[in-house]
Amino acid sequence: MPIRLPHSTPAWIFVISTERPKLARCTWTWRAIPSWPLYPLGLIPAVWLFWRGVEGHLGADPVGTFEKMLGLWAIRFLAASLVISPIRWVTGISLLKYRRALGLLAFIYVVLHVTAYVWLDIGFNDAILIRDITRRPFIILGALALLALIPLALTSNRLSIRKLGRRWSRLHRLVYLVAILAGIHLFLAFKRPTPTSELYDGLLAALLLARVVHGAFSGRRRVVRSG
Amino acid sequence: MTVFRYPTPKGSDITPRETYLSRRSIMAGLAAAPFGQSAHAAPLPTKTGPFSGALTPTDKQDVTHFNNFYEFGMDKSDPAENSGAFKPMPWTLRIEGEVAEPQTIDIAALIAQGGIEQRIYRMRCVEAWSMVIPWDGIPLAAILKRANPLGSARYVAFESVHRPSEMPGQNGGFGSLDWPYVEGLRLDEAMNPLTFLALGIYGETLPNQNGAPVRLVVPWKYGFKGIKSIVRIRLTKDQPPTTWQRMAPDEYGFYANVNPDVDHPRWSQASERVIGSSSLFGEKRQPTLMFNGYADQVASLYTGMDLRHFY
Repeated sequence: MPIRLPHSTPAWIFVISTERPKLARCTWTWRAIPSWPLYPLGLIPAVWLFWRGVEGHLGADPVGTFEKMLGLWAIRFLAASLVISPIRWVTGISLLKYRRALGLLAFIYVVLHVTAYVWLDIGFNDAILIRDITRRPFIILGALALLALIPLALTSNRLSIRKLGRRWSRLHRLVYLVAILAGIHLFLAFKRPTPTSELYDGLLAALLLARVVHGAFSGRRRVVRSG
Repeated sequence: MTVFRYPTPKGSDITPRETYLSRRSIMAGLAAAPFGQSAHAAPLPTKTGPFSGALTPTDKQDVTHFNNFYEFGMDKSDPAENSGAFKPMPWTLRIEGEVAEPQTIDIAALIAQGGIEQRIYRMRCVEAWSMVIPWDGIPLAAILKRANPLGSARYVAFESVHRPSEMPGQNGGFGSLDWPYVEGLRLDEAMNPLTFLALGIYGETLPNQNGAPVRLVVPWKYGFKGIKSIVRIRLTKDQPPTTWQRMAPDEYGFYANVNPDVDHPRWSQASERVIGSSSLFGEKRQPTLMFNGYADQVASLYTGMDLRHFY
């Protein structure tokens, strides 16, 4: 049956939420490029920052810069993994096969970020660590984001996807919680919102909002069909 | 009225002769080295002042390239990069309000009068990092006395310059503060001998990125109290607003005394990262001292006050 454009829906949202993915036409070009090179490519910034830091080229506060940049790269890869679905909804191009690498890179950068904090910054001082983790919401939010990422990283293999079935998708919705926690953590990292923090917080918010919008309209479409 | 007691330095506070002599040679080397010079830096004749203790200054390169001066941008490297167009001379500083003789002080004339002291102070940022800076300047009290404060004066309000054409950070945009930047002290804090008006660092006039041509240094308070490029000092009856307190009153108080026991909501203030490690593996972290190590000189200003409430 024809789908009518609801009067309350802006046309662009309607198009995003109702257009069918044109998989057959678009995927062949992407199928040719494997996803494994993303891992070595994605780790280049970490290696570069580490080398610059060891050589003494990260400015007056090398540990602070190293720590912040690793965190920022984690956010970038998190956002990249979250942009895959909206790209498919809007253009029909499916980059799904690259999502695991992007998600795992985000996880790797979070682990490096936390390692830099615990080792290079506070020097394994458990008194500072305990004080931070119990009293500073900024650190608590970051720690929760790391905790929520661990089950996602552990179940990112094919075997888990097969074994968990529908529960796998439900479990991996935790990434939305990670995005919210990471977004607030980033916001709190600066005395004032900086152009950088506003850019990435805006991006994360837009990517989450895209889910809400898409969910609402695809839900409505299902109702129309069943009726 | 609080009575100021001159501190008696402990034996451990007095720098051994060989240490200060070697430090002087380091300083001489630094002065000669071709660091990123500010176009306006000119030598300042100074004499050694009190309160310097046994402190080793942070590298000049770091002191002049790791700055919070939002008028020139929000990154630490922005002030050094974006302050080239700022013209700190000629400059006049106005002292007014609850004073018998309001003053307009020409900064070039003030420098020419001489009597500039060097004081090596700890600098603790509210962001939990610290430096040691050799300031050149004059006690704030000396300048305030020129204006002859009235009995009704209880606070001192400071105002920075507002020049969007020369200060790109003042053109609004993301996360911008309300301009001009304003700060305040209680009058007894302002008259404390530690409170300093800096006209230079490292024996030269202030580089633009460090607050040229005249800035406040209050070493027992967090760095944001040290208002830069001051144009107006106003003595008042009531507590004046301060920029950061206006922006986020639950995070930044009027007093902003360095206090390891009162955490910032986001950062622990118990310890600090010492700026100046050259590489990733050389970071130093040290416990933060009450009043940034100046308790002997200033603790009496706050007798009977709940410093958790008045943070």
